[in-house]
Amino acid sequence: MLLNASGCLDALIAPDVARQLDGFVTKTITPLPREGNAPPRIAETAYGMLNAIGLANPGRERFLADTLPQLRELALPLWISVGGFCAADYAETCARLHDVEAIELNFSCPNVDEAADSAAEIVAACRAATPLPLYAKLSAAHPDVAEVARAVATAGADGLSLINTLRGLALDPRTLKPTLARGTGGLSGPSLKPVALAAVHACHAATDLPIVGMGGITTAQDVVEFLVCGAQHVALGTVLFADPDAPKRIRDALGVVQPDDRRLSARLLEFRANAVA
Amino acid sequence: MDARRERLRVAGAEPIGLYTLLRLERGDLDPGAPGQFFMLEAPGRLLPRALSLCLAPTGELAFLIDPIGPGTEALCELEPGDEIHVFGPLGLGFRLDVERPLLVGGGIGMAPLPFLAEALRFPPAVLGFRTPEHAEAAALLPGAELAIDPTFVTELILPGQDVLACGPEPMLHAVAERCPGAQLAWEAPMACGYGGCYGCAVEIDGELKRLCVEGPVLVSRAA
Ligand SMILES: Cc1cc2nc3c(=O)[nH]c(=O)nc-3n(C[C@H](O)[C@H](O)[C@H](O)COP(=O)(O)OP(=O)(O)OC[C@H]3O[C@@H](n4cnc5c(N)ncnc54)[C@H](O)[C@@H]3O)c2cc1C
Ligand SMILES: Cc1cc2nc3c(=O)[nH]c(=O)nc-3n(C[C@H](O)[C@H](O)[C@H](O)COP(=O)(O)O)c2cc1C
Ligand code: FES
Repeated sequence: MLLNASGCLDALIAPDVARQLDGFVTKTITPLPREGNAPPRIAETAYGMLNAIGLANPGRERFLADTLPQLRELALPLWISVGGFCAADYAETCARLHDVEAIELNFSCPNVDEAADSAAEIVAACRAATPLPLYAKLSAAHPDVAEVARAVATAGADGLSLINTLRGLALDPRTLKPTLARGTGGLSGPSLKPVALAAVHACHAATDLPIVGMGGITTAQDVVEFLVCGAQHVALGTVLFADPDAPKRIRDALGVVQPDDRRLSARLLEFRANAVA
Repeated sequence: MDARRERLRVAGAEPIGLYTLLRLERGDLDPGAPGQFFMLEAPGRLLPRALSLCLAPTGELAFLIDPIGPGTEALCELEPGDEIHVFGPLGLGFRLDVERPLLVGGGIGMAPLPFLAEALRFPPAVLGFRTPEHAEAAALLPGAELAIDPTFVTELILPGQDVLACGPEPMLHAVAERCPGAQLAWEAPMACGYGGCYGCAVEIDGELKRLCVEGPVLVSRAA
């Protein structure tokens, strides 16, 4: 499946872009509304960008009452990204979600203070709260991401989303002060790809869970590399900012890839079979 | 969204004072309404750059660009025949149902005003610039009254006019204070221009909202 990365597309504003995808992943929803961090919140870097949006979102109640019904009208498989500050936050949101394709648990936003409970504790609490597929979205900042993957698998996760952004700092060349108001932000885009591939590769070796690979995907060749490293699905983030037609462009190019590698031909067949768009 | 993304060919890039007027063959892109903007691919950069449409000559889209950093510099260095991706028109432009329009521009903020002036049949305009070299761009808005620092454009606004303004933030705040109900075109750093990144958040009516969706033209609240 070809998805968007959480926080990189608003399907209600850009339904034509969302319809190029096999499913739409929402921006992370937290229990209470969040305005996010003070501007400036984005900065371009070499082959990437930093963001310190800070999980701006309408909060669980408004999401469930207003946003979700509107999203359903798009008739796309919906993945709901869930965030919080303790296991109970995550579990309560999960318990309130029904009739969606999957839930992605965002453990790894570098722009807000991390939840105190471990990823495995949160997955276990959510597992008890919902029968829906649970994807654990991990950061590659952990010294051993495969170990976290094994722990969330044991706790009941159905899949992994790899990876979230990595903390970075950019300075304004003139003032030599941080470009972002918050100081640091999350690095995304092509400069993240090697880190993401390594994480996908390590987690694929460590668990049997299906993996949504993401981090710097810009071309069909990038998708091929994620598939070969063990991803079953892929998500597009930063590339959507420069190219809203990227899903179609990448899908068209993937359609004509001639796999001469056995691992790839199996993966590509599976990927194409999963595609609904 | 009526916005489309296409690869457009550069028809010309001419200096106007310290700015550059970049003219692109229009392709199938709609010029949109005055005050709307386009995301232009900046060669060599990851993210596109937001630019207001300055003029829409037949078959073309023209942008007035101030080279203040790597993206805008790369755009100013384009040559006829080069091609870049352009996405738009985006955002909400100026409302044109005004009785006594006065266009107010500060520096590169004059960019959307020539297209707006055409739509409003050339109403009075006042433009402020830092230096006489910057003021050469006023040639794109014939008949405009000029203010060069230390005179400020706000001193040229008479009461009772429907102000439509674009310029640096301090100018817009000054206009907002003097002219409740003025239509002001704001700027914010934008990664996507179509609501996806939440990078362009600005405070609107006490809440952080996306300028590319709710603006860039906002009505200043009655004092
Ligand atoms: C809706 C909209 C319409 C615009 N129309 C025009 C136009 O018609 N002509 C034109 O020349 N420019 C316009 N701009 C501004 C233009 O998009 C920026 O100047 C450009 O993105 C800067 O990129 P850069 O790589 O050249 O410089 P950068 O290295 O990105 O920036 C250089 C300096 O300018 C600051 N800066 C960058 N972008 C912005 C911004 N959007 N607002 C405030 N400060 C910023 C940075 O913090 C930095 O200090 C518009 C912006 C918006 C949001
Ligand atoms: C502006 C922006 C906002 C993001 N917001 C979220 C978010 O709300 N939740 C989340 O799990 N990931 C968020 N991410 C991370 C992306 O989903 C993705 O993991 C990361 O950007 C790597 O993919 P990319 O390089 O293709 O962008 C955000 C990324 C960006 C650039
Ligand atoms: S520029 Fe991306 S949301 Fe406004």
